Amino acid sequence: MSLIGYYTRKTYTICKEEVLVLPGRVAVGVFFLTVLLLPLFSQSPYLLRVMVLSSIFAIFAASWDLLSGFTGQMNFGHALFFGVGAYSTALLNIHAHLPPWASIPLGALAAVITGLVVGIPCLRLRGTYLALTTLAFPIIVLGIVFAIPDVTGGELGLSGLSRLTGTRLWDYYLTVIVMLAVCSIMWKIANSNTGIIFHAIREDEVAVRASGINTTRYKLMAFCLSGFFAGISGGLYAHFMRIAGPSTLEVSMSFTVVIWAVFGGIVTIYGPVGAVFILFPLLEFLRFWPEYRTLAFAIVILLILLYMPEGLFPYLRDKIETECPRCKIRNVATRKTCRICTAPLE
Amino acid sequence: MLLDIIVSGLISGSMFALLAIGFSLIFGVARIVNIAHTAFYMIAAYCIFFFTQRMGVGPIPAMFMAIIIVTFLGLIAYRFFIEPIREHEAAVLIGTIALAIAMQEVMLLFFTGDFLSVPSLLEGFFSLMGVKIFFQQLLTFGAVLTILIALWLMLMKTRLGLAVRCMAEDREVANLMGINERRVAMATMGISVGLAAFTGAVVVPLTILNPFMWMEPLIIMMAVVVLGGLGSLKGSFIGAYILGFTEALVVFLIPKGAFLKGSVALSIMILVLIIRPEGLFGIAFEEER
Repeated sequence: MSLIGYYTRKTYTICKEEVLVLPGRVAVGVFFLTVLLLPLFSQSPYLLRVMVLSSIFAIFAASWDLLSGFTGQMNFGHALFFGVGAYSTALLNIHAHLPPWASIPLGALAAVITGLVVGIPCLRLRGTYLALTTLAFPIIVLGIVFAIPDVTGGELGLSGLSRLTGTRLWDYYLTVIVMLAVCSIMWKIANSNTGIIFHAIREDEVAVRASGINTTRYKLMAFCLSGFFAGISGGLYAHFMRIAGPSTLEVSMSFTVVIWAVFGGIVTIYGPVGAVFILFPLLEFLRFWPEYRTLAFAIVILLILLYMPEGLFPYLRDKIETECPRCKIRNVATRKTCRICTAPLE
Repeated sequence: MLLDIIVSGLISGSMFALLAIGFSLIFGVARIVNIAHTAFYMIAAYCIFFFTQRMGVGPIPAMFMAIIIVTFLGLIAYRFFIEPIREHEAAVLIGTIALAIAMQEVMLLFFTGDFLSVPSLLEGFFSLMGVKIFFQQLLTFGAVLTILIALWLMLMKTRLGLAVRCMAEDREVANLMGINERRVAMATMGISVGLAAFTGAVVVPLTILNPFMWMEPLIIMMAVVVLGGLGSLKGSFIGAYILGFTEALVVFLIPKGAFLKGSVALSIMILVLIIRPEGLFGIAFEEER
């Protein structure tokens, strides 16, 4: 009993001292609660479907950020991991009759192997060369998909996968919880020592190598991690839509993920996730003017880039939080002094 | 068969060469990766369709009007959307993608997604060893060569060409030598978009118009540029013909080759990059820190 009391008090203290003091953290908490409690207010299948797809694409966008945002390895062919994940999950499910809980992780492993295959030749390239080379890989795979329609279904794709779960509500909870868990893991990786090395590789690779760190290994690791998470999202997508088609490998897929991530703000993990949850439902609800939808989307992106080039969420965060000049702890923008070291904030 | 491959390779190679050289120019001078490059090519094609089919203008004036309008459009887009974010490499990539998508949507609104076509400038064909060669194909090839020679003369013999080459070599030093960096970048953007528009103008009778026609040449154009080395015009030229002939060979020799032509071309690019990361004729840039 006292143990429960102890943990309750500890949770309360953490909430009060660490979460409630910063509006950014409160917003993340509110987001977690909202997506978990949403079915209590509305169970309309359409809304749940939009939210499920948003969660799947949120994982996808965050995995792009982990690779391209953190290590600076601009990947313009991220649809490769998504598509390979979706197609391998579909093949495993249709031919080996594996249930979703086995086929999705195995599909993600196939995406990891793809990550290695792509990562090794790309290690020597940097910057724009890398961006343009990675763009080529999904197109190569797409050509192969069209060339062997007996295995891959060609234009039509592979359909008839088993359902993710029995009902729409359980689909929702499964994808949302996977999304929250996977994104938290990615955020944790990004803030660990590995994440710091990823940051450093983006900033100055030569200096990192000079410090005795094997940058090759870390870059490959970033490719594999990112491929794994993108593969999970691809597998979820295949099982949710019950089809794995060529659209998962298209150029527009690779471009869309980059647009989401940059809109939300790269090198943050939470930025791409938030961006998907804003942009994807917005695009769905703008169906009243279908012919202006994509145009509006493109124009919003251009305006965002002009006025806040570092992305929407870092921009908002800087408005509501300031960094203490002395101890680098973040504070609410309304405070006059730092909450830890009491240094005056400008 | 052999002649088929040569004709098809020369035509697509010349088209890729024009697109890739324009793309390479603006990258070399301003370090801008302009994804919207082929979108300008698409717009030029639509302009010609609009002038010849809807307004009844003759094909030659329509070509000139299309090139002028698209160049102007490119300069406006550069001035308002690309120049303010030029220093953020990732932002430029996204911005130009958004620009291309916006143009595609506008064309979709005006002309719908239907497949359209424009009649050839010159009708008829002659046979050479059993292969039909259309006069339009010869015309396209000739126009491409003329423009390439004019561009080479411009780059090598004029003051603007000198400034452009200086900027490509080293931006900071060029600035120190009193070259107005902004103005040269603007002029290069004009030339680059103009080349894209010209490509659209000469290729339009040979292809089918639809608002998504910018995606496919975009990929091959990027492969050409990377293969030849970013910013190297000679590399783009040779790379374009390598990939053009590869595509033709794959289409004619391999069953179901039409699906695989992109894959094979891109695989060649990747193979070359593994052996030589800076492309065939690229210069390994000293790392900017």
